[in-house]
Amino acid sequence: MSSVALTLKQLSYENKSFWRNPASAFFTFAFPLMFLFIFNTIFGGDDIGPKGQEVSGSTFYVPVIAAFSVITACYTNIAISVTFLRDEGVLKRVRGTPLPGLSYLLARMIHASIIAVLLVAIVSAAGILLYDVTFPSDQILKLVGVVALGAFTFSALGLAFTSFIPNADAAPPLVNASILPLLFISDVFIPLTEAPEWLPTVAKVFPIWHYAHAMLAIFDPFEPRFYEQGNLLIVAAWGLVGVGVAAKFFSWEPRK
Amino acid sequence: MSAPAIEVRALRKSYGEVEAVRGVDLTVQTGEVFALLGPNGAGKTTTVEIMEGHRSRTSGEVKVLGFDPGKRARGLKERIGIVLQETGVNRFLTVAEVIDQFRSYYPHPRPLDEVIEVVGLTDKRDQLVRKLSGGQQRRLDVAVGLAGDPDLLFLDEPTTGFDPSARRNAWSMVKNLNELGKTVFLTTHYMDEAQFLADRVAIIVGGKIVAEGTPKSLSEGLKIDPRATYSVPNEQAAALEELARTKGIDLIQVASAAPSLEDVYLQLTRDAEKGDA
Repeated sequence: MSSVALTLKQLSYENKSFWRNPASAFFTFAFPLMFLFIFNTIFGGDDIGPKGQEVSGSTFYVPVIAAFSVITACYTNIAISVTFLRDEGVLKRVRGTPLPGLSYLLARMIHASIIAVLLVAIVSAAGILLYDVTFPSDQILKLVGVVALGAFTFSALGLAFTSFIPNADAAPPLVNASILPLLFISDVFIPLTEAPEWLPTVAKVFPIWHYAHAMLAIFDPFEPRFYEQGNLLIVAAWGLVGVGVAAKFFSWEPRK
Repeated sequence: MSAPAIEVRALRKSYGEVEAVRGVDLTVQTGEVFALLGPNGAGKTTTVEIMEGHRSRTSGEVKVLGFDPGKRARGLKERIGIVLQETGVNRFLTVAEVIDQFRSYYPHPRPLDEVIEVVGLTDKRDQLVRKLSGGQQRRLDVAVGLAGDPDLLFLDEPTTGFDPSARRNAWSMVKNLNELGKTVFLTTHYMDEAQFLADRVAIIVGGKIVAEGTPKSLSEGLKIDPRATYSVPNEQAAALEELARTKGIDLIQVASAAPSLEDVYLQLTRDAEKGDA
């Protein structure tokens, strides 16, 4: 079998086993919706925008929760699940077979990306149906591109981060510690309007702020749009950093 | 005779200051069952993992089916099967799915039903892996190692944790594989396992091979006094002891007529550890 066919076959097994763990599958999808609902309930009531063009405040929450969905589906999921696979010896076992290790990891990353796409679709649909958000149908290609870029960057970073996780038990707290603070200071959960100036400066070093803003730009009904190219370049650069770190430090065996 | 399946010369492996393997030489002929015996921490797993390509070596030469395992060539991985001490598989797939998944990695896999039957999991075929018992999961480990129909199978402590009947089944499985012409490289710390299965054994202590040969030649080569065992009716035991005492005979309780591989092993590991200290 060619590497492509092997990767696809792997992907079908990934998919099969994902749906056989219904509790895990359910919350993968419910989690971002829950955040969308909570933040909209607390903060989303007021209309925003220039006089005469006001739109629902939820227009802010749909794109940032879409960004959040891509980040959890790829970064959080890959970092935690791959650490478990490493500790259970699954990675080592695969590595002893003719299957190229990269095909195996690629299948997981593609699966995570598919989940990310589904989540963005569900969050957008919820925004349109429940919160009267205008979906930027003229921006759909750009949205697909941004989701794909995010899937690449955050999967790569998730893979890279496993190198710093000593064991599976430590994976959830470490992964949360690595992204929760950034989610709070990157305009994802709360818009940073009254925060001290240094906070967004710190946030802008990391990819989450830029990713959230790139996503916001797509849904933003007002001209001019945010400087999205710059955002996307920084997100892509972080993806390459992830690839580099993973290539150098990724471990296929449990850490002793 | 065909080329040896495995050839190891002057193999050394250090982890920092610690030398885990200190100059090992081994030859495993094609078609034989070879057992590497040794106490925990003797370098068994390090040695076998170097042969499998899981670990790099510090120095020495290793050839497995003509390949250098350190290069991790796909051509080699297509012809070997590895059953590690602890490995996992996707727990949300069924037995048949897991084996089929691994079969898809190899150019000439063994038929699915045959693999399932060899390890005795036919009635668990459609069971999710997470619902299997420990022993059944271990059998699935072996099945995964067989999926690619390997010429050479590495079994790292394959029956640890098995109950006696599961061990007997595993042993007859290894015998069957061997009859099909497969070479089997096995590590174990069960003497009876090595004695029953292996054509040849090597004993490793402190990172060095201290003895190598057939189980029989090892016990002959080592000067351990043969012992005799008598079975007498219980009520005559006292009389026998009385007789022994008057004649100055030491009565020690032993089980077999010739020194077993276990006697050989214990003596050798004791000697080697004494020599080490």
